[in-house]
Amino acid sequence: MRIDVLIYVLVMALTTYLIRMLPMTLFRKKIKSRFAKSFFYYIPYAVLAAMTLPAILYSTEGIYSALAGLAVAVVLSFCNCSLIVVSVAACVAAFLVGLF
Amino acid sequence: MHREISPYGYKNGFCDGIPIGLGYFSVSFGFGITAVNEGLWLLEAVLISMTNLTSAGQVAGVGVIVAAGGLIEMILTQLVINLRYSLMGITLTQRLDTRCTFPHRLLMSFGLTDEIFAVSSAKPYPVGPRYFYGLMCAPYIGWAAGTLFGAWAGNLLPMDIRNAMGIMIYAMFVAIIIPPMKKNRGVLLVVALASLISCCMYYIPLLSGISSGFAIIISACLAAVVMALLCPVKDDAADTSEGEVLRDED
Repeated sequence: MRIDVLIYVLVMALTTYLIRMLPMTLFRKKIKSRFAKSFFYYIPYAVLAAMTLPAILYSTEGIYSALAGLAVAVVLSFCNCSLIVVSVAACVAAFLVGLF
Repeated sequence: MHREISPYGYKNGFCDGIPIGLGYFSVSFGFGITAVNEGLWLLEAVLISMTNLTSAGQVAGVGVIVAAGGLIEMILTQLVINLRYSLMGITLTQRLDTRCTFPHRLLMSFGLTDEIFAVSSAKPYPVGPRYFYGLMCAPYIGWAAGTLFGAWAGNLLPMDIRNAMGIMIYAMFVAIIIPPMKKNRGVLLVVALASLISCCMYYIPLLSGISSGFAIIISACLAAVVMALLCPVKDDAADTSEGEVLRDED
């Protein structure tokens, strides 16, 4: 382990930790505003959606394997399959299509 | 409600964390390969993953280290890329039960990632420390182990399998958002809107220069603001709204 790299890593880790820790410990109120409540209700879904599209299309080697995986994931999620079943099935679908 | 004791235990959390852990393994495998290719030592790459637990921030951090950038640059880079965790932290405070005391929050906040946040905040009832620690477990191990294996032997897995594993984490996102979309028009619309904005920012030439971290923040916030204005949740429902939307899933 090189000392200069270690310092970078520690600074990086500390910054990341403070960004996570400060809001979670300092913010203890119950939000009253209806707008803020609605915003915080919607934000997790919005974050996930923004992270998924279009990134999922480029998550495998080719767009066809990604589309196959996406299609399988959508259908199985629609049937309320568990997270792990959906992930593994999408991976298998992408793998199989990727073979061709 | 906010003040309830969470019904979820460590085991519930651990099980929910397994798909995240598998997804993380495949993602951090790639990080391990990248980090070593860039000139870091194996242990340095693993230490980064074990102390940071964040994908985009780590990749950018390695860039700063390799370029021998300043520490201020490192701090600013991490601040911008990881700012979303602050937003998530505030959101999550609204869904924590009364057992989440200050020391617990200190430890829990270490494990706040996009995926852990998404899974824990989309639970029908508030979450407590035990559930959260269980949830953190597999992702943490997967992230560290993936980096180790990636740095150690990038070609351990056949290429086809490694490529296909890249989709797992996104498939999991799909599995989280689709069930509530079926039942709640607001969720359906916010997902559609956020996806649309995100795609616009990716494909429209003028906007595609925006880094992926910022693109996510902008798309998500814009979509959530629009929906909070157009389709606010009912006042009394806001505390238990996740329960109404997601109850059947668990």
